[in-house]
Amino acid sequence: MAEHSSIHGVVADFDSPDTLLDAVRAARAKGYTKMEAYTPFPIHGIDEAMGAKPSILGYIVLCGSATGFTTAVLLQWWTGTIAYPLVISGKPLFAFEFGFPVMFELTVLLSAFAAVFGMLGLNGLPRLSHPIFNYSGVAGSSDDRFLLVIEASDKKFDANETKDFLASLGAEKLEVVEA
Amino acid sequence: MSKHHHHDVPRDSYEIPTATWEKGRNIILGVFILGWVAALAGYSIDHKQFFPSYLVAFFFGTGIAIGAALFTMIQHLTGSAWSVPLRRLMENVMMSMPILALLFLPVAFGLHELYEWSHPGIMETDALLKKKEAYLNPTAFYIRAVVYFAIWSFWAWRLSSWSRAQDQSKDLNLTFKSERISAPGMLLFFLSASLASVDWVMSLQPHWYSTIFGVYCLAGGMWAFFAILTFTLLRFRAHGILANSVTVEHYHDMGKWMFALTVFWAYVAFSQYMLIWYANLPEETIFFKVRRTGSWESVSAILLFGHFAATFLVLLARASKRSLNVLRFVTVWILCMHYVDVYWLVMPNFAKAGVAPHWMDAACFVAVMSTLALGFWWRLKSAPIVAVGDPRLEKGLEFQNV
Repeated sequence: MAEHSSIHGVVADFDSPDTLLDAVRAARAKGYTKMEAYTPFPIHGIDEAMGAKPSILGYIVLCGSATGFTTAVLLQWWTGTIAYPLVISGKPLFAFEFGFPVMFELTVLLSAFAAVFGMLGLNGLPRLSHPIFNYSGVAGSSDDRFLLVIEASDKKFDANETKDFLASLGAEKLEVVEA
Repeated sequence: MSKHHHHDVPRDSYEIPTATWEKGRNIILGVFILGWVAALAGYSIDHKQFFPSYLVAFFFGTGIAIGAALFTMIQHLTGSAWSVPLRRLMENVMMSMPILALLFLPVAFGLHELYEWSHPGIMETDALLKKKEAYLNPTAFYIRAVVYFAIWSFWAWRLSSWSRAQDQSKDLNLTFKSERISAPGMLLFFLSASLASVDWVMSLQPHWYSTIFGVYCLAGGMWAFFAILTFTLLRFRAHGILANSVTVEHYHDMGKWMFALTVFWAYVAFSQYMLIWYANLPEETIFFKVRRTGSWESVSAILLFGHFAATFLVLLARASKRSLNVLRFVTVWILCMHYVDVYWLVMPNFAKAGVAPHWMDAACFVAVMSTLALGFWWRLKSAPIVAVGDPRLEKGLEFQNV
């Protein structure tokens, strides 16, 4: 539907974490899958209620650390034994004993890069703005309001029907927000 | 804030059912008697083997008690809530200190069997040892041991008795007092435990020195403390004790601590090894030379792959820290690995030719650990097994990882 392409979703504004959590559960039960909650503080159990899957970030970090470790081994082994074979204070050309600090550091460095940039990527950041800021009461979500957005990309989404449904859950304010 | 979301969780009784307690007491008592009969028989058969075996067991137990005390103080200093449901058990482990003072007597008694430096004539004739004489002599050794146990017992007793007094009085001042005493306590425990490692284990090879050695021992002891705490809680859970109070969220946090200390131990162990390897000074490398010769090299490899690598890889995953079955296995594994570690620190000084396990190792281990277990078991009966007067208890019971 053409009108939906310019709609981000329906925002429902709740006054407590409890009503929000209940609404999330009801929306899930109704079959909605594309939803997002905006709250002033983390709410225990909301991930489970929304059916959020565990992030794949850990695996991205694991790849980063494996890359860092391998790079450090190859770098030190190649420079020490092939490119510039120099005996320094009677030590072997390459040994894990002296090489390990660099391996550790590069592992940590690339893990940290993978964690930070992977997190930014998975969150779709950086971006200049987000449609939620089109909602007139968005400031409340960093104060005392609890927002639930059912997004237009949801298969079950229909602006009017979704709005009625959210109203039935006790939302104090409802708004269709543009993308 | 999110209190109302929780289904009404049934509350646990904070007491161990008498039947369970008596059954446990009888088992521990039986093991205790068997252990000491075997250990004393071992002493009369071959006291040369007895003392090193006993020292391994004693140091194993001491490390765990120090770990418990340090962690209890960290909890007070950070105002931690998640750990409050477990804190009474930590305090009960920490209160092993006065018992350990008694268990130190065989070490004191075996001074000449254990420590080469205690023999007259050795220190004076060796150019390197001569300089250590002011520190390494029997009188100073005994005085320091008394000071260590005085500090440890006093702090353990203060923190434990205030916590128990709070059960009834709910007096918030006791929380503040515990916080205040924990700050100097951390400092004193760290220094004294570090020196105790020097006295009791490092000086077995009096030429050798390593400034990080105390930290190495502390890291291992704290690691084993978390393993024994988690294992005990899992056993409790199997009997329905604290099953609702200590949830998978708490186990997850203890898993994180075990993981962190796996890495910390390896970090310290490697730092010690690398610096000695690089400097290549004879009086330093002697420690690793013995441990990289013959069958001791295999034990060193067990530490590298078992103590560190395997534990690291298993505990890395979030899922394994939240799986009680995995944790049950890992905690036993950690305790075994920590025993290997202490064995590896002590025994090569006596069995230079190679690893020589002896039944007396097991006998002394059972004797020492069952003595500590008995003390622990009795303290479970003398007060609730959860710090019921702590103002953070409710928060701690509801704790969840975000």
